[in-house]
Amino acid sequence: MLQLKNLGLVLNGKQILYNLNLETRHGEIHGILGANGTGKSTLASVILGLSGYREVTGSIVFNGENITDLPVSQRARRGITMAWQEPARFEGLSVAEYLSIGQRHAGNVPLSPRECLMKVGLTPENYLMRAVDTTLSGGERKRIELASVLAMRPKLAILDEPDSGIDALSIDYVVEVIKTFSRNGTTVLLITHHEEVAEIADRASSLCGGTILKTGDPVAVARFFRNHCQECQHVNIPEKEEQNNDSIVA
Amino acid sequence: MIQLSHDFEEIAEAYEASGGQASSLLDKQSASLVVSHNKILGKNEIPGVRIEGEETPTGAKASITVAPGTIVQKPVHLCFGVIPKDGIQEIISEFNIGEGARVTFQAHCTFPNAEKVKHTMDARIYVGKNAEMTYSETHFHGPSGGTEVLPVVRVTVDEGGVLKNEFKLVQGAVGRLQVDYEGDVRKDAVCEFDARVYGKGDDRISVKESLFLNGENARGLAKSRIVSSERCQSEVIGEAVGNAPFARGHVDCVEIIKGRDARASAIPRLVVVDDRAKLTHEAAIGSVDKKQVETLMARGLTEDEAVDVVVRGMLR
Repeated sequence: MLQLKNLGLVLNGKQILYNLNLETRHGEIHGILGANGTGKSTLASVILGLSGYREVTGSIVFNGENITDLPVSQRARRGITMAWQEPARFEGLSVAEYLSIGQRHAGNVPLSPRECLMKVGLTPENYLMRAVDTTLSGGERKRIELASVLAMRPKLAILDEPDSGIDALSIDYVVEVIKTFSRNGTTVLLITHHEEVAEIADRASSLCGGTILKTGDPVAVARFFRNHCQECQHVNIPEKEEQNNDSIVA
Repeated sequence: MIQLSHDFEEIAEAYEASGGQASSLLDKQSASLVVSHNKILGKNEIPGVRIEGEETPTGAKASITVAPGTIVQKPVHLCFGVIPKDGIQEIISEFNIGEGARVTFQAHCTFPNAEKVKHTMDARIYVGKNAEMTYSETHFHGPSGGTEVLPVVRVTVDEGGVLKNEFKLVQGAVGRLQVDYEGDVRKDAVCEFDARVYGKGDDRISVKESLFLNGENARGLAKSRIVSSERCQSEVIGEAVGNAPFARGHVDCVEIIKGRDARASAIPRLVVVDDRAKLTHEAAIGSVDKKQVETLMARGLTEDEAVDVVVRGMLR
């Protein structure tokens, strides 16, 4: 599915990603755990190929194809998309239209906009004709973003902190949607710093100092994250002794 | 009564092209006025809505009066335009909306073949006490950009009245557009100006929206959404003057530049005369927001397609 090989990224003279290796499996939910500032969103931007995040070292391979040099839309047409942590707002664009855009290049049997909204716990009648603009609350916008990714039926969905800004009553919908992706054969890269959310993953990786320190069972990775990374003072300044730590199982 | 003629058919066709429904110009239940060049081709009055028209050598004069307390169920349709390649159309108009009346106007201005056309509109609008008027004006132009469009609108919104004015020019290339709107907003009244323009080619766009919040608790919004593409140059002046206690005004301008040779400027001007008034503004000028574009590209659109979606949405 997705293979990141020796990935590195320098932004404004600062090493943000460093010797990063990661491999996801078809249809799995793969959690990426990391504290604030460790490069989680940067990693998402690199995989998607956003501007400013294309000058990487190493390679990004998707379904056997090297996509490192492909622009965003080409990656999307190969089945890679993302739900942003803070999604963009669109004046004058209705929710129905926004969800339909994702369907243009959707995989097999796309869900209708109505079905997508219901999956994320939003009543279609109340939302389809609303604009994707600032009249939506942050939580509503994030759920519509998830619905938009659902509508596309991607092969790889990068979900950047889908749980942040969501009220407690709605978090179950988010969790269920993530599981729906997986049931439909979509691989999910689930970025979060909430270890409880990461535990719904099939596997997880701990991102610290711009590199993957540990990959494996999500409970074990969450424990590793709690013990080693939450208090880590070396955000984006990886030190050799940490990488060579015997307790780390890559 | 509307008399069908070749001229009428031509302008009705252009009216359809601009988004209007020509059948509404023939609907006896709807008030309407059709002016092509300097000919009044059609006029329909309904109870409570009086329309007086007079042809002039270069255009027409129109006076539209809505009787106090009249709730006009269907929009009043206005159609102006010049069908030939050249010509002048000067429209002088007065709107008097009686106390407590409620009315919506849908105006379409069509210049499909213009190469050297001048269209001026000198409008005086009076919205009476507790009356509500919505005026939506949509322009349709051909590709040559050979039109001068010069609307000057002076509005008085009396106590408790509401005026919502929308100007839209997004189809075709205009040439030169100079919008000049000014509102005198009285006690507890509301006045909203909203201009949406897509400038192309060598278009020169100037939009000036001024709100004089003269009555206690008056409310005003001067909103503009302008896209300047190719070699278009645009300038927006959004002005609000708080002359009365508790008046609230907001100037909201977004201009998008598409193309290296396009230019845009925005000048917000806020003047607080009464220290209990509050005025705000926001303005953004630049290329299309990168995050918006990349979000749509992540759904499979090309960059050009994504920009088009963002721009079209903003100009709706």
